[in-house]
Amino acid sequence: MKKLLLGNEALAQGAIDAGLSGVYAYPGTPSTEITEYIQKSKIAQELNIHSSWSVNEKTAMEAALGMSYAGKKSMVVMKHVGLNVAADVFMNMSVSGINGGLVVVVADDPSMHSSQNEQDSRYYGKFAMIPILEPSNQQECYDITKYAFELSEKLGLPVLIRLVTRLSHSRAGVATGERIAQNNVHLPKIATQFQLIPMHARGRYKHLVDIQPDMLAISENSEFNIYHQGTNKTIGIIASGIAYNYLMENFEDGNCPYPVLKISQYPLLKEPIKELFDTCEKILVLEDGYPFIEEAISDFLGENRKVIGRLSGDIPRVGELNPDNIANALGFDIVINDKLPKVVMGRPPQLCVGCGHNDLFNAINVLKNESATQQVFGDIGCSALGVLSPYESINTLIEMGSSITMAKGASDAGIHPAIAVIGDSTFTHSGMTGLLDAIIEKTPITVIISDNSAIAMTGAQDSAASGRLISICKGLGIEDAHLKIITPLHKNLQENIDIIREEINYKGVSVVISQRPCVQLPKEKKDKLKEYTNVSIN
Amino acid sequence: MHSKINIILAGVGGQGILTIAAILDTAALDNNLHIKQSEVHGMSQRGGAVQSHVRISDQPIYSDLIPQGKADIIISVEPMELLRYLPFLKKDGYLITDSNPFENISNYPELDAVYDEIKSHKNHILIDAMKIAKDLGNSKATNIVLLGAASSLIPLSDESFQKAIATLFERKGERIVAKNLEAYLKGKEIAAEIVS
Repeated sequence: MKKLLLGNEALAQGAIDAGLSGVYAYPGTPSTEITEYIQKSKIAQELNIHSSWSVNEKTAMEAALGMSYAGKKSMVVMKHVGLNVAADVFMNMSVSGINGGLVVVVADDPSMHSSQNEQDSRYYGKFAMIPILEPSNQQECYDITKYAFELSEKLGLPVLIRLVTRLSHSRAGVATGERIAQNNVHLPKIATQFQLIPMHARGRYKHLVDIQPDMLAISENSEFNIYHQGTNKTIGIIASGIAYNYLMENFEDGNCPYPVLKISQYPLLKEPIKELFDTCEKILVLEDGYPFIEEAISDFLGENRKVIGRLSGDIPRVGELNPDNIANALGFDIVINDKLPKVVMGRPPQLCVGCGHNDLFNAINVLKNESATQQVFGDIGCSALGVLSPYESINTLIEMGSSITMAKGASDAGIHPAIAVIGDSTFTHSGMTGLLDAIIEKTPITVIISDNSAIAMTGAQDSAASGRLISICKGLGIEDAHLKIITPLHKNLQENIDIIREEINYKGVSVVISQRPCVQLPKEKKDKLKEYTNVSIN
Repeated sequence: MHSKINIILAGVGGQGILTIAAILDTAALDNNLHIKQSEVHGMSQRGGAVQSHVRISDQPIYSDLIPQGKADIIISVEPMELLRYLPFLKKDGYLITDSNPFENISNYPELDAVYDEIKSHKNHILIDAMKIAKDLGNSKATNIVLLGAASSLIPLSDESFQKAIATLFERKGERIVAKNLEAYLKGKEIAAEIVS
């Protein structure tokens, strides 16, 4: 019987069944459930598959590469912006190549449901010159993942699987197959493969360039790229990944009269696209995310435009696809209705009732009233909700770790008070190095680590910071006198304001740890955390 | 029997719409039907507007999202959230909602205006499901009362629903299973009175 699985869960099961030995990841919507599925899987536990969270996406990808070096199959999972953090190793491991199969899974978030941009990971795959797989449905999530490990070992390259939110977070029945055994430890055959000093790297890079035609040939014969001959040649359609489903939704029983090329594997195949160009009046490109295919196949000046899609304006340039905007592009007689009754108000996300961030923002807002020059640099996670009403406490929000370093730069420019607010897990993810920059220069900033002892926004996963914040800050060089711990509760408001004010007035780096467990944590976890929170600074 | 049905579930993050979805999924899978069910994870789950598209059919289903104007039913655990998805409702489709507002925003509209808007649609079931659940001694079962109210409009047998509820709450013990079955049946009974 089929199992009802999220796209993310189907992918995770596919990895287990492909003989995975370890998954490495940092939580991030919409990718989180992939790793969680493996963590909860009984079979994965029996097989001793590594699945603990990593500190960030870069450390995760490097660990996955280490496991591959040792000959075993590994997977690294992240949201789209996580790949920016891991870009260094990502770009270089396509040059070194892999030993055991290595699959990189990146979940993009078109429409920015839980993200700060819409970046399309297919550009990264092309940049690194590796194969990209883009499943269109839950069954393909399973099948493509098994295939990805096989392809990775066949080519000796990492393989990128690109998901989008709507596939990650939608369920359907999935048929699973046989489980392939894990690899044994075996070291790379070529001793210099993973030694990327220039003299070796040049050879490896040449090899990567040389096997591109092989990659294209594999793509052209891939069972996941499907060409439907159509009878109506007024439009030829190219639909990648999930866009294929939205397209077919518009035709009774999926009977589309136009020629359709469904793309789920890259590099972009040439032959069928050439046939569409030769036989059809127009080419409509449907892809969720950026106009990646459309850009590749349209003419640069757009004067003789035969290709339509997001660039031509036939599909909105921003936001995710759906059956309706595709119906519109097909010229169907539909009116997209975005008018709601007047009584419907927006309901943005907000902090939970009783959340410790709430009490911290209340203290920060009192200090804001005392100093018109105060600027607060925020960071990713639940604490980002301090941007919104009723708090409006935070002036900036860019990416993981930027609160501390932006506060530093602003302080260098003369801003005072310059306050950074960062969650505990975001701090260990990529805040620590920036704090060291500030310590080295004794920059007058106040860093508030809002420590709820969880990676809260993605579902309260364990934070690497739990029990380690004091020793990390002291180890980096924060003086005992300017490392403070406060408990964000209403009854402590005045005391907390006084402590933060005192540190703002200190002309060097100070850290205030605002510590209270996430209200979403189960009681057992909160009790366990008490061991950590009862530690004093001295 | 319909060959397919499209349902939108609506509410605020944390109100339990995914439990309704899971019961629908389980019942449909038990009948060997095709299912696609999208859900919201991440930021909006923190007190924001959330929705789930549930599609059940005896034929393969392509899109994970329901096209506009193609939803047969919208079930909401909050009255204003019900109205957020009106562009998806089929002509003469059904609106089913709990009447209790979840007021976590400062500009929540006049409740009577929300009710008037709901009542302007011919096919609506506006009930105090929360009170019904409380009266049955299980205030957490508001969502199950609403599912019961919608059940006769969904082409799945009563037996399948009851079996799915029993399966889903099994690990919480017999008493909780019984309480939820009671909530389901009460919702079904009240909807029958309203519709007739």
